[in-house]
This record gives sequence, structure tokens and C-alpha cells, in this order.
Amino acid sequence: MSAALAATSGANVSIQYNEAFVRKFVIATIFWGVVGMLVGVVIAFQLAFPVLNLDLPWTTFGRLRPVHTSAVIFAFGGNALFATSLYVVQRTCRTTLFGGEAMGNFLFWGFQLFIVLAASGYVLGITQSKEYAEPEWYVDLWLTIVWVAYLICFAGTLMKRKEPHIYVANWFFLAFIITVAMLHLVNNAAVPVSFFGTKSYIVWAGVQDAMTQWWYGHNAVGFFLTAGFLGMMYYFVPKQADRPVYSYRLSIVHFWTLIFLYIWAGPHHLHYTALPDWAQTLGMTFSIILWMPSWGGMINGIMTLSGAWDKLRTDPILRFMVASVAFYGMSTFEGPMMSIKAVNSLSHYTDWTIGHVHSGALGWVAFITFGCMYNLVPALWKRERLYSLRLVTYHFWISTIGIVLYITAMWISGIMQGLMWRAYDSLGFLQYSFIETVEAMHPYYVIRAFGGVLFLVGALIMVYNVWKTIKGDLRTEESFEQPAHVPAGAAE
Amino acid sequence: MDLTELYETARSLWVVWLMVLFLGIVFWAFRPKNKKRFEDDAQIPFKDENGG
Repeated sequence: MSAALAATSGANVSIQYNEAFVRKFVIATIFWGVVGMLVGVVIAFQLAFPVLNLDLPWTTFGRLRPVHTSAVIFAFGGNALFATSLYVVQRTCRTTLFGGEAMGNFLFWGFQLFIVLAASGYVLGITQSKEYAEPEWYVDLWLTIVWVAYLICFAGTLMKRKEPHIYVANWFFLAFIITVAMLHLVNNAAVPVSFFGTKSYIVWAGVQDAMTQWWYGHNAVGFFLTAGFLGMMYYFVPKQADRPVYSYRLSIVHFWTLIFLYIWAGPHHLHYTALPDWAQTLGMTFSIILWMPSWGGMINGIMTLSGAWDKLRTDPILRFMVASVAFYGMSTFEGPMMSIKAVNSLSHYTDWTIGHVHSGALGWVAFITFGCMYNLVPALWKRERLYSLRLVTYHFWISTIGIVLYITAMWISGIMQGLMWRAYDSLGFLQYSFIETVEAMHPYYVIRAFGGVLFLVGALIMVYNVWKTIKGDLRTEESFEQPAHVPAGAAE
Repeated sequence: MDLTELYETARSLWVVWLMVLFLGIVFWAFRPKNKKRFEDDAQIPFKDENGG
């Protein structure tokens, strides 16, 4: 911006946003991302080659699987959400953080302690056996303290804003923080067996427990992995494309439809179980209605580039973001389809579900996070640009090929598995034993693990690129701008 | 009809109230009068340039 404009906008110039702690969150995001993806690759190979379980209790699939899921969702995704939400809220409110740098540091170290307590518990076999809510009561209590501080910090910053309007990204972040607090408290209500012991019992029982668990589980997807990351989309896509969001009015409708609808979709995880039929149908109906806000949001994100599509060719960071929104559209099409009971009777408990989750987690969550990190690192460390945009391009293509291998392998393996489970012979007996389905899936497990390796390699390229950027190096490389078109015959 | 009954009736129509609320939000968002205001709000991410 020009100096003249800077002078007229007055007070803006003096704002010193709290950023030192955001830098820590950025590094933690990348660190835990690599850890979580590495554990994912390990357990993918364990499924293909069971000998890799090593016959030790600490390294079995059962204990490492929650390490992978928690590391990528809560450690990688969570740190990314902390970093971006607290960066965005300051800048869109044009004010410093409520509680300042000390608050930021408490949130940072408090959240890292939560991660370490949770992960070490899993490896040692301490778990309350609720998917995505495995940490035992003492870890849950600690997270509650950190999360309440997060809410106070975020809401406090909103309240002291200099900007009259609260920008839409902050609505998504706030909805994410509040809803996760509610989900966490209700789903983890438990009675510890003893004060100094790790074991507790959940207060819910039977089908109520199952419903509470999947109300939590699905909204962890809806609010942790969707609403929060949509907050990132609404700030960083316009920022990187250097143009405002396609339709701010659509973003308002997008927000409220998502908030009204998502919370009801959980029962689709319990089709054909002891859950009453009407509740299953309700969950399915709301899941299908969710098509609308999901696609509204996707269109809003992608159409932000309307009139500037050429930037996709020259800006690999923007390419990451737009590809992520496209994956968001794809997996939010697939999700409601899989929630239809007839489809679910084939897909449920098969690898198709795993493929679906990863098209969302790798394609949407990880890609938008990579895009935001590439945007944030030069901004936070005051560098002119990233060390290398070429490396971003390599990261993009290697990861994309990794995702494609992963999800196609899981589609084929999952549908095959579902069809084998329901195949009968002419006498009405099941045609295949369970182990035959496992054997048939082996090649797809190997392909999936290889896709995971590619995704991890992409992340390591990012680590190198970010490391060099922070050091202050700039790689000399050709620009992505194409030379002007020369008409035929004009060369002489 | 006493107050308790009235409350029970109103509560059983929750889906109607939420729908009315939602339609109100859509009206607010797409009202021509608010067009300019939301276009300005969409510019908020670009106002922080000088701050750091």
C-alpha cells in the first residue's frame, strides 16, 4: 500500500499484533503434521504386513491408530486452527490479542501438554475407547481448562475490536470453539475410579452412549475439521488471491445453514444398529440436506478466483487452497451419499469409509493448512517470499498423486470388501470367510501405504522450504510467468 | 389456555421457529439495502496491511 494511504488510515500503523506465539503454533503445526503422517504410514504398512506390529504391546496397530488420528486431527489440525484463528482475529479486528503474548503462550504450551499427555497415554494403553475422544479423564480436564482460556481469549479479542463488523471467518472460528467445548464436555462426562488412577467410566450407557459418541464424532468433523477450516478459507483464499470473497452474502447464509444442520447428522454413523429407526432416518435426512451449505461454501471459495483464474498457473500456494476447496466439494458430496441407508449398507465398516475420510482429511484439511502455512510463514517471519515456489509445486503434485493413490485404492478395496461380505452362494451360505476378504485387500493396502509415503514426502519438502525461509534464504529460480505470446512469423 | 400449555405448544413447533429465524437471516443477507454494506465488509481482510 502506498504511503499516502497508510497515513490517512491513521491508527492502523501503530498496531503491533501479537505474533511471536503464532510463530510457535506454525512450527508445532508442521512438526505434528510430519509426526502424525509418519505414524499413519507406519500403521498403513502394519495393515499390509502384520509382522510390523513387532509383537510388542506399545507398537500394535490398536495403540498406534489413535496416535495417528489424534496427531493429525488434534495436533496438526488443532495447532493450525490455533495459529490461524488467533492470527486472523487480530488482523480482522485490527486489535491485539486479549491477554496478550502471555495468553498466547499459555494456550501454546497448554495445548502441547495436552497432546503429549494424550499420545503417551495411548501408547501405554490408557484410553476410554471412544473414537477421537480416547484421552482419559485427567487429560480431558486439562483440555477443558485450555479450551476455556481459548474461548475467553478469542471472544475477548472480538469484544475489543476496532472494526465495527465481525468478519465472517471469525464467525466460523467462534462456532468451532464453542461447539467443540460443548461436544467435549458432554461426550467425556465420566466418573474416575480413583483419584490417582487413570481409569474412568463414562456416565452414558448403551445406545445413548453410542448416540452421544457419534453426535460428538460427527461434529468433530463438522466443527473441528470443517467450520474451523472454513474460517481459514474465508480469510486466506481472499488474501492469497488478493481479491474479496466471491459473495459475502452467500457466506452469511453458508454459515447459518451449516450451523443449523450439521449438529443433527451424527446418527448416520449408527445405521442398522440398536439406534431407533426414526433417529437413523433423521440423521440421514439432515446429512443429505447438508449438501446445500457445503456446496454453497465450496462455490463461494472457488468463485473467489472468478476473473483471476490465471493466478492458479503462477501461484502454487493458491493452487493448494483451490484444490483443497475442490476436495472439500468432493468429499462433502460423497459423505451425504454414503449416509443414505441403502449406500451405507454396502459402505459401512469397509475401507470405503477410510477412503472418504482421507479425501476430506488429506485433500481438504491438510491442503488448506499447507496453503495457509505457506502464506503465514513469510508474513510472520517478515520475509519477502518463500524460499522456493518450485518446491511448493513439487509438494503439491507429489501430495496430490499420493491422495489419488490413497483414495482410489480404498474405494476399490472398500467396495470389494462390502460386496464380498454380502455375497451368498446358491445354498444361501456366505460365499467368503472374513479372512478371504482380508487377503483380497492386501494389494490395495500396499498401494494405500505407498500413497501415504508420497504425502509424507510432500510434507518433508514443506519442512525444508519453511526451514530455509525462516533462515532467510531465497532460492534463485525462474518465475512462473509465461513469456508473452509471440505471433507466428514475428520471430525474425 | 394457561401459560404452561402455551409454552408446550410453542416448543413443539421448534422447527417452525428455526425456519422463521433462518428465513429472517436470508432476508437480512440479501436485502438490496444491505448490498453495499456487505461489499464493504468483504474488504476487511485487506485493511490490516499497515499494521505489520
